Amino acid sequence: MITRKDVEYVAELARLEFSEEDKENFTKTLNDILKYAEKLNEVDTEEVPPTAHILSVKNVFREDRVRPSMDRDKILQNAPDSDKGCFRVPRVIE
Amino acid sequence: MKYETVIGLEIHAELCTETKIFCGCTTAFGGDENTHCCPICLGLPGVLPVLNGKVVEYAVKAGISTNCSIAEFSKLDRKNYFYPDLPKAYQVSQYDLPICSRGYIEIDTQDGPKKIGITRIHIEEDAGKLLHDTDDGSTLIDYNRCGVPLIEIVSEPDMRSAEEARAYAEKIKSILEYIGVSDCKMQEGSLRFDVNLSVRPAGTTTLGTRTEMKNLNSFKALVNAIENEKARQIELIESGGEVVQETRKWDDIRGINTSLRSKEEAHDYRYFPEPDLVPVVLERDYVEGLKSELPELPYVKLERYIREYGLPEYDAGVITASLPMALFFEECAGIYSGEPKTVSNWVMGELLRILNEKGMEPAQIPFPAKHLAALLELVDKGTISGSAAKKVFTEMFETGEEPEVLVKSLGLLQINDENELKAVIQAILYANPQSVEDYKAGKEKALGFLVGQTMKETRGKANPQVVNKLLKELLGK
Amino acid sequence: MKLHHMTVSQVADRIRKREISSEEVTRYIIDRIKEVDDRVGAYITVTEEQALAKAREVDRLIGEGEALADIAGVPMALKDNMCTEDIKTTCASNILNNFVPPYSATVYSRLDRAGGVLVGKTNMDEFAMGSSTENSGFKKTYNPWDLQRVPGGSSGGSAAAVASGTAFFALGSDTGGSIRQPAALCGVVGMKPTYGRVSRYGLVAFASSLDQIGPITRDVTDCAIVLNHISGYDEFDSTSVDLDVPDFTRSLKGEIKGLRVAIPAEYFAEGIDPHVKNTVMAAIKDFEKLGAVCEEVSLPHTEYALAAYYIIASAEASSNLARYDGIRYGYRAEGFKDLKDLFVATRSRGFGDEVKRRIMLGTYALSSGYYDAYYKKAQKVRTLVKQDFDRVFDGYDVVVCPTSPTVAFKAGEKTHDPLQMYLSDVYTIPVNIAGLPGISVPCGFVDGLPVGLQIIGKPFDEGTVLAAAYAYEQNTGHNGARPQI
Repeated sequence: MITRKDVEYVAELARLEFSEEDKENFTKTLNDILKYAEKLNEVDTEEVPPTAHILSVKNVFREDRVRPSMDRDKILQNAPDSDKGCFRVPRVIE
Repeated sequence: MKYETVIGLEIHAELCTETKIFCGCTTAFGGDENTHCCPICLGLPGVLPVLNGKVVEYAVKAGISTNCSIAEFSKLDRKNYFYPDLPKAYQVSQYDLPICSRGYIEIDTQDGPKKIGITRIHIEEDAGKLLHDTDDGSTLIDYNRCGVPLIEIVSEPDMRSAEEARAYAEKIKSILEYIGVSDCKMQEGSLRFDVNLSVRPAGTTTLGTRTEMKNLNSFKALVNAIENEKARQIELIESGGEVVQETRKWDDIRGINTSLRSKEEAHDYRYFPEPDLVPVVLERDYVEGLKSELPELPYVKLERYIREYGLPEYDAGVITASLPMALFFEECAGIYSGEPKTVSNWVMGELLRILNEKGMEPAQIPFPAKHLAALLELVDKGTISGSAAKKVFTEMFETGEEPEVLVKSLGLLQINDENELKAVIQAILYANPQSVEDYKAGKEKALGFLVGQTMKETRGKANPQVVNKLLKELLGK
Repeated sequence: MKLHHMTVSQVADRIRKREISSEEVTRYIIDRIKEVDDRVGAYITVTEEQALAKAREVDRLIGEGEALADIAGVPMALKDNMCTEDIKTTCASNILNNFVPPYSATVYSRLDRAGGVLVGKTNMDEFAMGSSTENSGFKKTYNPWDLQRVPGGSSGGSAAAVASGTAFFALGSDTGGSIRQPAALCGVVGMKPTYGRVSRYGLVAFASSLDQIGPITRDVTDCAIVLNHISGYDEFDSTSVDLDVPDFTRSLKGEIKGLRVAIPAEYFAEGIDPHVKNTVMAAIKDFEKLGAVCEEVSLPHTEYALAAYYIIASAEASSNLARYDGIRYGYRAEGFKDLKDLFVATRSRGFGDEVKRRIMLGTYALSSGYYDAYYKKAQKVRTLVKQDFDRVFDGYDVVVCPTSPTVAFKAGEKTHDPLQMYLSDVYTIPVNIAGLPGISVPCGFVDGLPVGLQIIGKPFDEGTVLAAAYAYEQNTGHNGARPQI
């Protein structure tokens, strides 16, 4: 059972914020979905390996050969804010 | 109460591949901001990573050289967190199945050699760089370093002092340099240390609460940060306080470390297998092949130097600490017909002195090893004096010229010709009757004065042994 | 036949024979978009100028006697989650409303090189999350067969464009049925190839281990033609498989005598509209008439696939969509007080509700303490779903079943209930979970609305899937109908 506090914690992790009303709604629908997902517990998976990749492909490597980088103008063309060849954001305090 | 410090290190080393870990952008240091970037390392919507095979190779080499087991099956995972230097908002790293694990290296301590365990070595990508010094107080982001391949070497908490931590870090650095997987340029950030440190009453075995200090980028900072944090924790406990598990920031300039707790978030990295990259499965043959490519490691070399060249352990240690230095020595000793110890004396003396003065690395020695060998032969043959040889050596650093050429151009050819020297000495004896008398009266010191005068007259070129012999002959008459 | 109802092979043939120029065809299609798309809403962006320039270039090459590919000069559309250099790519999301990619997806580069003429980018559920295209951040798309109804989703724009005659073919992406389900609901052919068959490079990721690009076309022949162009290894996608790509059009023989067809009982159980069921059963009878051997089988873990899918897909999505932070591209919220606030405000205002719901679900499923219970559990169930199919394919060549449990539903009918919406994909999701190729072909109508028949094959055996689909299509004539619009 996912609580409102869980929703707030997860929202924080995901960098999302919700109105009080939305929090209520999200708690409810996430619970519906998770309740449905609990179906999975009916399946005995004790001895079953997890599948991360459906393909059996392995060892796909690239050669260590330099390709030209992209023009900086194109790199920055979509930036909401840029300056001096860099992306600009509000001051980051470390 | 007496306390014991328990230290573990996480070392991040940038690998010296040509290209980034997942794209073809160059890893070259520097360059204008955001000019070593492409859609892939910038994490634009829709891009996919393709693993640079050299990264795997280098990580395996690092693992072999630190006595690790190399995983037959390993995979990459995503570590999710938001930070502006991380354009995908996840770092591709390795979580539960790193490429290398369960290794160790040996360090020298006051109590003899000590094994430091290595928990794991995994591969991951570096992040971009935040630049804070802007006119309007905002932060600028340069993603040139973003995607440069790293290995992270995680040690066991096996170190007990700053000295041990330093010895361990230095040894790791020397190994990585030797096997050519990282240039370990600390000033460029290609080798960085994270310290995990706790203290406990001496004699107890349970671990105390640890703190972490990240991104120390010099041995000095490493030692100072450890000493400082150790003192802080002991003081805290002594005054009845409790150490809090947290990340702290070491300020190398002010020599203090401060808590980052207030700015810290819950760490919930939500690792999961990177679906865009397929597993890495390493066959035994592949690993064996890399093993056979590896150069002789520093500690093996050290033993060989003692055995084969008859060097004192101290000399062998100093020379093998740097691969370019060791290779220079070996080449020179191979050509030179005299004793290897003579080469070692020059390498440890003049060579190191000038490198230090000039702030140069052994890799930057501006002349080939055969030049030093030739210089030593000239001394042995008596062509030049020892002091002249030092002048030639200094000049070789400036010009890179062959010693024979320099001896001539500097006019340092030693005078061995007895007739030529006799004429000089007779003139000196004539000009210094008092000294001649003193000598004859038994004052040995007077001889030294006369030798000195002869050397002065010949501007140091006279062979001092010959001068000595001739003086005694002439005065004895 | 009206020009806009022709197939790719028909129109390409005329262009090649210079009976009509690519520019004329393209102009005609652009005009048709202007005429009907304000009612259908298939397009987010129409690339009139670029399209006409490209068409003229193709015409010039034909004039010079160049041997051109079999799609040269043919107007096509791409779902708006495939990157097109210098052409806006939005994923139907406000968070990417102004994103102009500096690079192109591999599929687009390949089609462009073959002379395909891009006329526009199609509407979709935001970030491909949805089954009705109602989750688009920009506009609604309607089903050309009934403008009160949804076209399905998430590639609803692509399916509606092909059905309404505003593109001769389109590409969609399919993570849980997003090509096949809208193809079924719009009465066209849609195929999800085997995972790894088509490069994902440049496809804005939803769920990386499930996403696959595929064609939406008017018939099976066109599907094979388009698949030929987009298939094959790509050095920029580690998960694209380095296998030879056969000429899929050679599989189209119209003869399936002895084909072993598995009919999974679970796909005809509760939840399916009885009329849809009857239509699909009739199609299976047609297969038998053609000499196929149809037998009932069981895929016992089918009922768990949907739950596993929502965990896995949402988890991957939560990570894939974390990069939209307002720094390097896309929307940036105004009036933030610090960096974290910039992230939060940008994401909270930029993403729509369904996207946020999945990010929340996925973040939760991966978070500390829940990983094993949800994500890992779902991955294990994924293994079981795959094994079900493996067992069936030991004895059968293809699996035949419905594509969707219902025909196109009314706009707004399911928007209030996410779980009901998710159930639209119950028959398509297991195919993504198992990474298999699957096609939806028209197999009749219920109340004037198209029904889709799904044919699922072994990994990398698109040839057999296409062969079965082609034989069915050629012998039943179900692909001939076009909506009146």
